[in-house]
Amino acid sequence: MKFSNIKYLILRRVVQITLLFLYFAGNYWGWTLLQGDLSSSSVLQTIPLSDPFAIIQMFAAGAVVGTNALLGALIISLFYGIIGGRAFCSWVCPVNLVTDAAAWLRRKLYIDKIEPKIWLSRNVRYYMIVLALIVSAIVGMAAFEVVSPITILNRNIIFGIGAGMGLIISIFLFDLFVVKNGWCGHICPLGATYSIIGKYSLLRVKHISENCTLCMKCKEVCPESQVLHMIGKYSITVNDAECTNCGRCIDVCDDEALEFSIGKYIKKNKELK
Amino acid sequence: MAKNKVKISERRKFFTDIAHHVGLGTMGVLLWAGYTQKAKSSPLTLRPPAAIDEKDFLKTCIKCGLCAEACVNRPQNFDKEGRKKPGTIKMAKAQDDVTIGTPFFKPRDVPCYMCEDIPCVPVCPTGALDINKVTNPKTKELDIRLMDMGVAIVDVHSCIAFWGLQCDACYRACPLLDEAIKLVYNRNDRTGKHAFLEPKVDPDVCTGCGLCEKACVTEKPAIFVLPRDVAQGKVGDHYVRGWDKADQQRVGNRKETEIKTKDERSKQAPADYLNKGLEY
Repeated sequence: MKFSNIKYLILRRVVQITLLFLYFAGNYWGWTLLQGDLSSSSVLQTIPLSDPFAIIQMFAAGAVVGTNALLGALIISLFYGIIGGRAFCSWVCPVNLVTDAAAWLRRKLYIDKIEPKIWLSRNVRYYMIVLALIVSAIVGMAAFEVVSPITILNRNIIFGIGAGMGLIISIFLFDLFVVKNGWCGHICPLGATYSIIGKYSLLRVKHISENCTLCMKCKEVCPESQVLHMIGKYSITVNDAECTNCGRCIDVCDDEALEFSIGKYIKKNKELK
Repeated sequence: MAKNKVKISERRKFFTDIAHHVGLGTMGVLLWAGYTQKAKSSPLTLRPPAAIDEKDFLKTCIKCGLCAEACVNRPQNFDKEGRKKPGTIKMAKAQDDVTIGTPFFKPRDVPCYMCEDIPCVPVCPTGALDINKVTNPKTKELDIRLMDMGVAIVDVHSCIAFWGLQCDACYRACPLLDEAIKLVYNRNDRTGKHAFLEPKVDPDVCTGCGLCEKACVTEKPAIFVLPRDVAQGKVGDHYVRGWDKADQQRVGNRKETEIKTKDERSKQAPADYLNKGLEY
C-alpha cells in the first residue's frame, strides 16, 4: 500500500488521537493546552470552546447559559461554518474511530454481500435534532447529552473507563451488523448539526471527471456515499452538507480524480469542466 | 383478485405519510423523555461548591469536567512526595447513581477540603457553578464559607458519643471547628459521674464539606452529609416568629385578610365530639 493511499487517514488519526491525548493530559497531568471535554473546553485557560448542539439543547431546556459557553459555541460554529464543514465528525469525534473500525470490518467480512440490508433513512438524524430539542424542553435537561456516545466515550477516555463503554460497544455492533454507517451516517444529531452549520463552508472535496476511471473505490469507502453522486459524470465540488471531509475518497483514488479544494465560491464549478 | 387491489390515492399517501412521521416522532419523544426523566433523578447527589439549585443545575451543566480537573490538579492536592491525590469532584459514570456526566462528590471517599481560592468554581463556563454564591457581597472576595453543598446529619444510634464514649473525631475534623459542629455536654445517668459529649450540627454554619463524614470512626459513618433539600424540612407560611422581623419578611408582607385560615372543618361549630360521636 502506497503512503498516498492512507495519507489523510493517518493525518486524521493523528489529529483525533492528539486531541484526545491533550484532553486526557488536561485532567491527568493538569496540562492547560486543552482542558475540559468535547462538550466544553478551554484552551490555555483563556479561549473557550463549546458544543453548539449542547448549547441549543440547554436553551430548549430553559437554562440561562454563561457567556463563556456561548462564546465557545460561537467560535466553534464560525470555525466549522466558514472553514471545516462537517470535519468535526471525521477529524475530531472519538466515535469516528469506533464506527470506522466497524465499517472496515464490515467490508472485510463482506457483510453487505451476505446479510440482508436493513434500510434506514439518512434523514433520521435531522429528525433526531428536533426530537432532542422537544425532549429537552419537556424534561428540562439537555436530552442528547444524557445518551450521547460522543461525550460518553470522550469522558471515558479523560476521566476513566466506566459502564458507559457498553453503549460504545453497542454502537460498534450496530454499525457492524445492523446498518452500514448506521450511527454516524443515519442517527447522530450532532453530526447533523455540523452538517447544517457547515453547509456553506469553504473546504470541499473536488472531483475531476476527466481523470476518473470509474473504479468506484471512492464510493465503497465513503461513509456518506450518496454525496459522491457526481463520480464519473461531471467535475464539481462535493457540495452536500453530509460530506465529512474525511478525505478517504482522495486517499483511495489512484487516478487523481479527487482532491481537496477551497470552496465553490472561489473557483466557479463551471470553469472546471 | 381484482377486488383486493387497493388504489393508493395521492391523498391517502399524504395522510399516511403524516401519520407515519407523527407516530414515529411521538414514539421517539416518549421513549427518550421517559429515559431522560429517570436519568436526571438523583436526589441524594452532592454537587460541587456554588452549584445552583439542582433543577437548574441539571439544565445548565454542560458536563465538561473543568471543575473536576481544577479540583484534582490544584497545587494543594499533592502529598509530600509530590504524588497527586484523588480529587474531590468526580464526573458521574454510567454505573454511578448520579445523572451521567455531571460532577458530584462522595465525602466518605474524598471530602471537600474547602480551598480558600475555590479553584473549581471560576472555571465553570456555563454558570452551573455560580461564583456569586461564594462571593462575599460586601468585600467582593471569594468566601468558601458561604457555600451550602449539603448539611451534616448525626445518626444518634450509631454515633458512639451517644453511647458515652469520648470520640469527638468529627468535631476536630470540622474546618469550622466549634462553629458548624458543637459538642453538647449531657449527664451520663448510667455511670452517674461521666458526661456525654454529643456532636450537634448547626445547619446555618455547616457547608456540607464532609470532612466529618470522612473522619467518622464507625464502620458506616454515623455523621454524613445530605443535600440540603433532602436533609432539611420547611416551615412554610403557617408559622411565623412574630418577634422576629426577618421571619415576617420571609413570609412576605401579606395582609392579614389574604391569609386563609378557614377550611372545611371551620364551617362547623366547635362540637362535643367525644360525647356526640361526631366525625370530621
